[in-house]
Amino acid sequence: MFDSADMFRAFVQHRDKSIVLVTGTAGRDWKEISDNESRDLSLQGAMGQTNTAALGFALAQPNEKVVLFDSEGSLQMNMGVLGTVAGMKPKNFVHFLMDNECYATTGGQPVPNAGDINYAGMAREAGYKATFEFDNLEDFADSIERIMKEEGPVFVAMKMIPKVENEPIGRRVRKPQRSRAETIKVLQAELGISVA
Amino acid sequence: MTQQQAALLKPESLVAEFKKNGVTHIVTIPDSETNYLYELMKEQDWLEVVPSSREGETFAIALGLIVGGKVPVCVIQNTGMMESGDSIRGMSIDAGFPLVMLIGYRGWTRHGVITDSAARYTETFLHAMGINYYLLETDDDASRISIAFEEARAQSRPVAVLVGDEYHGFNRM
Repeated sequence: MFDSADMFRAFVQHRDKSIVLVTGTAGRDWKEISDNESRDLSLQGAMGQTNTAALGFALAQPNEKVVLFDSEGSLQMNMGVLGTVAGMKPKNFVHFLMDNECYATTGGQPVPNAGDINYAGMAREAGYKATFEFDNLEDFADSIERIMKEEGPVFVAMKMIPKVENEPIGRRVRKPQRSRAETIKVLQAELGISVA
Repeated sequence: MTQQQAALLKPESLVAEFKKNGVTHIVTIPDSETNYLYELMKEQDWLEVVPSSREGETFAIALGLIVGGKVPVCVIQNTGMMESGDSIRGMSIDAGFPLVMLIGYRGWTRHGVITDSAARYTETFLHAMGINYYLLETDDDASRISIAFEEARAQSRPVAVLVGDEYHGFNRM
């Protein structure tokens, strides 16, 4: 397992102009590391559906590389997305999975079949064009440049150290996050998109 | 052709309404009663059909498409709409963008007692979510799709169109 902040620091060097979406507890590390906030997009808002919303954006903007950092709890809630993505064959879509084997935000309870499930295998058999698996930072850092040059859809499963939250939710200190609406507005201005 | 047959809602009328309203994508799970509509939509070079794995996905995919500047319509059945409650809430109503959803009204009849609970809860569900809706029963009703688009765009909200004729004209005979 490796640290999500370290993983993002390795990724950001090869981000280029890609549009980045994150989910889950591990995704919160991205805010401090992103080098281009105007190309960070939040489409969170319903259980297990950020991945399909990211697919929708990738289909709408095929000339922009869309990079999603999904979580395994979210993916388990919407496993059918693997077939949905593979069926649409978005060449511009890179689907990273941050797998900490638990629901970190609710106290660290394991997700179903946490240690034995093979997400990259599922993505491969669903029809993703390329799949990768990493359980250490060194191998990930050595491969990220190549991954970002692959034609999509690409799936990358990564074992992440859980950052479990046990405080009652009302006592947790949250860093300010940009709202979904704000990220949409800024990105649409950046790309010159207007809602039809 | 009898007067009754002439009045049946035609899939061609729905596709014409989609074109008139600038629709670019149909996000859908086909049901057994709408196979011809699906085939017809796939034949249109101005329209992309996005098949999804479960109905909840359709609203999330639609949000991504809308944010990316496209005009999607979600085409699903009422059973799937009920399955999609959290997605409709979080990915459509809360997002504040216009969206038309075309809902197959399984079990609908105005002739006698509704026995299918899928139909019994359809309008109750829409009322609970605060989503306005229009009913299509015959070909003359097809223009209500344009009314739904006008309303969705004016209010930046989802609007539903219930297809109450899905057991008649939507399969090739």
